Amino acid sequence: MTASHHPFRFLTVTCLAALAGLAAPMTAAAKVHVVTSLQDFASITTAIGGDRVDVVSLAKGYQDPHFVDAKPSFVLALSRANLLEVAGLELELGYLPPLIDQSRNDAVHPGSPGYLDLSIGCDILQRPTQVVTRAMGDVHPYGNPHYWTDPENGRVIARALAARLSELDPAGAATYAKNLAAFEARLTAREKEWDAKMAPYAGTRVVTFHESWPNFAKHFKLAIVGTVEPKPGIPPTPSHTLEIINLILTQKVPAILVEPYFDHKTPNYIAQKTGAKVLLFYPSVGGIPAITDYFALFDTDIDTFVDAMKGRR
Amino acid sequence: MRSFAAMSARRGILLPTALVLGCCGALAPAAAAAGLQVPEAATAADAPAQAPAPPAGTASPAPPGSPAAPAPPASPEDIAALRRQIEALRQEYEQRLNALEQRLEQLAGGAAAPSAPATAPSGAAAGPPTAASAGASGAAGAAPPAPAAPVEAPAVQAPAGAPAEASIPGAPTQTSNYFNPSVSVIGNFLGVAGQNHVVTLPAAELRESELALQAIVDPYARADFFISFGEQGVAVEEGFVTFTSLPAQLLAKVGRMRVAFGTINTLHLHVLPWPDEPLPLYNLLGGEDGWVGTGVSVARLLPLPGDTFSELTAQVFRGDSPGLFSAPRRGDLAYNGHYRVFRDLTEALNLTVGASYAYGPNGTSLDAKTRLEGIDVTLRYKPLVTALYHSLVVRGEVMRSERQQPRAIGGEQRALGWFAAADYQLARRWFVGGRLEASDRATDARHTDTGRALLLTFWPSEFSQLRAELRRRHYSVEEQEATEVLLQLQFAIGAHGAHPF
Repeated sequence: MTASHHPFRFLTVTCLAALAGLAAPMTAAAKVHVVTSLQDFASITTAIGGDRVDVVSLAKGYQDPHFVDAKPSFVLALSRANLLEVAGLELELGYLPPLIDQSRNDAVHPGSPGYLDLSIGCDILQRPTQVVTRAMGDVHPYGNPHYWTDPENGRVIARALAARLSELDPAGAATYAKNLAAFEARLTAREKEWDAKMAPYAGTRVVTFHESWPNFAKHFKLAIVGTVEPKPGIPPTPSHTLEIINLILTQKVPAILVEPYFDHKTPNYIAQKTGAKVLLFYPSVGGIPAITDYFALFDTDIDTFVDAMKGRR
Repeated sequence: MRSFAAMSARRGILLPTALVLGCCGALAPAAAAAGLQVPEAATAADAPAQAPAPPAGTASPAPPGSPAAPAPPASPEDIAALRRQIEALRQEYEQRLNALEQRLEQLAGGAAAPSAPATAPSGAAAGPPTAASAGASGAAGAAPPAPAAPVEAPAVQAPAGAPAEASIPGAPTQTSNYFNPSVSVIGNFLGVAGQNHVVTLPAAELRESELALQAIVDPYARADFFISFGEQGVAVEEGFVTFTSLPAQLLAKVGRMRVAFGTINTLHLHVLPWPDEPLPLYNLLGGEDGWVGTGVSVARLLPLPGDTFSELTAQVFRGDSPGLFSAPRRGDLAYNGHYRVFRDLTEALNLTVGASYAYGPNGTSLDAKTRLEGIDVTLRYKPLVTALYHSLVVRGEVMRSERQQPRAIGGEQRALGWFAAADYQLARRWFVGGRLEASDRATDARHTDTGRALLLTFWPSEFSQLRAELRRRHYSVEEQEATEVLLQLQFAIGAHGAHPF
């Protein structure tokens, strides 16, 4: 009786061991460890990589992406990473370079396959066409780095990601291609909805707090006529605030778009003087818990805008 | 203390703008005009296609598209006119780009297309590894990874893919500049009022301004030079190479560097939260400049459970350091060890704790040594949503010096020093701070100097800083009480470095 069980048990154990041996590299060890500077990239990476990747993003969606602290805990994340995705265009200049140097991880140094600058191939706006100096404020000499706010750039980002993941993890290439196709199909469908929602407001003039929205404005055909900041990175001044108030009054600007991490005092003051509405506009995934992914980002911002235009906000 | 520091360094962490330059795919001179610029040769060739052909790039009459200038109030007619102008320009450039692309295709077709990078992104699964890796290995520079090119993306406008390539034709003539280090200069002006008969600072001084030169050396290393120049002369404050791709989680620096004894000693003057060094550094670590050593530093990550960062640094330096160590023989070296642990307590709150131990010859006799021990603690609070406007840093260090001396000059001296300081950010550009400090003198520990200070700091922008310190110090040997006001103006030009942490 017992003897007959033995071979069975032996077989089971052997099979389990073999499975465990196989499974280990396939799941835990074979995961591609991805670090992204922004939660937007993390969201798209998750969509493309699925179970084959684990993703950590350094900046939170509700944080100003220019000012992220170079915390040593980020060094740990980078030391384990197979792939580092950055916005480039000097957005991460203030914190990422020292982290990369301290990571002791060759794979994520610029020039390595594990370093991916997602601005490449995207539609980058405001590339300076004249000499740039800091008299213009904290300008980005390579162009505006807030390019992911155009969903078409999201498509370019997704393609770049799928290609790079396939290169780093060839075994997953089919999965990445499949997920990319699904992502693109979904993006195309959602873009139609978003475009339709925004179509009635084409040409609407808006004022923004910071120069975060040119890509969004271009895609959804809004006209940014001014910023609350007199120059990028320079806080509002009384004289400039007056200019903006006049601008809003003369041009009948209905809305002021403000990122969650800026002080709302000045925008609220301007709104009170002009009747324009202050709209809390989220530039990144994770800005509030409801913005769980790249699609929800546009859902939230577009709904905010449309509701305000309809007078519901 | 995020911003001003921007410009340069925390010694110990490097601030490689060059690195970022490399990754952004274009260099300053090329990039300035990258947006619209069309290579001159090509422009000439294609010129017949267009009538007025505005000069390439530089003289572009396109203020509306310019980055920083928010449009001044203008009438709707003006705006419409500008729009038409932009549209005309856009169409013109689009046509010219298309013409150029056609030419490129013809040329590429003739040359048997070595780069077939336009492989359809959707086909990524099929056979991209080779093509993609070709793109990746050049990714640092101009070559975009193949599939990223928005070849098929209909909505993307023509200028999108072009600028990176557009900078290439100019590159060969600029190779001599291309790899130049990123350069920044930080001016440091100090004005002093009040009475102090012990440490007499001049009424006005341009002191220890700093020139930083930083670049990647090769795939294995980067180099950082910080040249400090005051009115008296020039000194190499730091100059070291960092080997960033060593095995076993090691990071090595060779050269002259600020020694990792505690945290404040590693900071350059301009990133200190005060215009002056605290007393314990002044009394126990060798005077105004603190401890700067020439030698080798190796740091290793020591994994701890959870997401706790821990790093052990071991350093060996030449046994001479003004005011601190003096080596009678060549073989007398100075050693320093620093161990630090960092942990995020919450998303907004984090804590760094470090311990240091150092040892070296003091030169009072052939075998006399000085031993230093220190503990440093830094607590940072910065809620992320309001990070631009409010933050709090509380820090403190305690250090002890055991200095062997011949009996004739007092025998062994055991001196203790400490400081505790807090800096609170009130608003985006305003900070207030306070500091308490006390320290025995290293050579005569019976005497204890004490001090307290209040600070107010204003940042006009990320690149300049105004700071006032009201300081009262008591010097025990001289029995002097000194009350002074220090006014500091710092300003930075050049490459934007990393913010120190």
